[in-house]
Amino acid sequence: MTTEKKIELEKLSNDIRLDIIKTGYLSGIKGAHFGGCLSLPEILATLYSEFFNYHLTDLEHRDRIVLSKGHAALALYCVLYEKGLLTKEELETFEQDGSNFIAHSKRNLVKGQEFSGGSLGLGLSHAVGVAYACKLKGLTNRIYVIVGDGELNEGLVWESLLFANHNKLNNLTLIVDHNHLQADGTIEEVMDTAPLKEKLASFGLDTQEVDGHSVEDLYLALSNPSATQPSAIIAETIKGKGVSFMENKAKWHHGDLNELRYNKALKELEDKDNGCY
Amino acid sequence: MAVINLKKYAGQGQAVALFGTFLPDNIGSYPNVHVLSADMSAAASLSRYMYQNPNKFTEIGIAEQNLVGISAGMASEGFTPIAIAQAAFITMRAFEMNRQYLGYMKNKVVLVGLNSGFYLQYFGNTHYCLEDIAILRSIPNMTILSPADAGEAVMALDAALRNDGASYIRLTGGSQLRTVYNEYCDFVIGKDIIVREGRDVCIFATGACVGNSIEAANILSARNGIEAKVVDVHTLKPFDTETVNQSKGYPLIVTAEEHNIIGGLGSALSDYTSTKGGFPELLKLGIHDSFSRPGSYDYLMQQHRLTPELIAEDIFNKLQTL
Repeated sequence: MTTEKKIELEKLSNDIRLDIIKTGYLSGIKGAHFGGCLSLPEILATLYSEFFNYHLTDLEHRDRIVLSKGHAALALYCVLYEKGLLTKEELETFEQDGSNFIAHSKRNLVKGQEFSGGSLGLGLSHAVGVAYACKLKGLTNRIYVIVGDGELNEGLVWESLLFANHNKLNNLTLIVDHNHLQADGTIEEVMDTAPLKEKLASFGLDTQEVDGHSVEDLYLALSNPSATQPSAIIAETIKGKGVSFMENKAKWHHGDLNELRYNKALKELEDKDNGCY
Repeated sequence: MAVINLKKYAGQGQAVALFGTFLPDNIGSYPNVHVLSADMSAAASLSRYMYQNPNKFTEIGIAEQNLVGISAGMASEGFTPIAIAQAAFITMRAFEMNRQYLGYMKNKVVLVGLNSGFYLQYFGNTHYCLEDIAILRSIPNMTILSPADAGEAVMALDAALRNDGASYIRLTGGSQLRTVYNEYCDFVIGKDIIVREGRDVCIFATGACVGNSIEAANILSARNGIEAKVVDVHTLKPFDTETVNQSKGYPLIVTAEEHNIIGGLGSALSDYTSTKGGFPELLKLGIHDSFSRPGSYDYLMQQHRLTPELIAEDIFNKLQTL
């Protein structure tokens, strides 16, 4: 990856974080899932900038990106806004009465939303069905599914992986946002998934572990999917990444920002924007 | 469109008629169909279909939640999946998937519940399915079909495949079902079929209870000179209120279902009549919110007073009190 590209993706990641904070603040005391949104920007920036093949005039051949951890919909809206699929006006209806853009996203292909997420574990099963169908149709596209690590508690995830391996779905890439926190505490305290790499590998996934905040590492991992098996990328991330008082705090899974905290978050991200990438 | 000759299915169980005969004979009429099974291909008599259409069948294993998820994903890509599992498990274990993927996301999947009601006899209460209508009725955009015999099951599947949106087809009774339909009739989703005319009492029945109610009506006629009208409610949702309106002049309405009386046909009917004036009293025949003492199909239907003889007896006794 060139230095220019790296800087571009890092800047985009920071812009997504700024959008998350600004839009989440607009929702007032309704709050937002800040923590699990802020662990995703490098994943989303790399995926949507460098890999996502999507043209409104040819939706059949598009890549499918399924956000199974549906509570991170705000991060999805923000990358879609940065990529021109959502307008600023649409983004700012986040969590307003009657909006299409609520805490959990709703399937809307022309707005880049593949799946109605929210109930954990359901995105992967649907996406595996999509990947299977795309192969039957002879498409050469790719299906990306982003799951949270807490979501791996759900049994349906593992049913889906059995099917993906049994049918050698080499058009599927599973991305685990491994931020090590769920609502009640750390993954290790609540329901330990370790050794995750070995578990996924034993389910037949070609599995890599990367720094989920390194756009270079993500780019490399996404560039080399297995030709014969489904692929998995365990992205080691920090929940709340980029906002000091949110980082690694389970309570910021969902919360609301007062003005003081909002200004502090904004300043930290803007300082990063003004610094060097 | 498939040509449907019901004589082919006379005496068959519903699953055999659908998947052993009708679908393999007519797959050309449904080009997007793809059958998926939760380890139920043998139970659903799919061997001929699978042999002839190896690329239009997928095994999911014993995983009903994933069955619905994979089917929904395929539906979103333009396939018309028929997802087959035991009725108890495809409706209850996968309930949330049915709500999320099919109701909310509007993926067109045809769910087929094998062996609903009591047909798994000696397997016991874990395998009986007396709740499926109740829970699926609460999902928006879900069509619920409950055919009375093998021939009607064929008409129901054909209609579901041509319909928009998701459907559930409830199969019951095995080969012990009484034949109700000898010839193709104009089967329309959401439009009841009057299978017997009568002026003294109006019976609304679904599934296996349609044949049993016709037989009960014959008993009432021969024994007591009571003429019962029998309506086949093959669609529980959307619910046909027109035939219900026609029952206003009767002294008594009866519902008969191989299902818990909570949430099923009787509930659906009274959900409607209770908001309107002028309807007669309703006698709900079905399972009165209890688990059962396992046994043969006939033993179970007797236990819950759903055999023709006992349906006739309960209606006669009720009419005496009016």
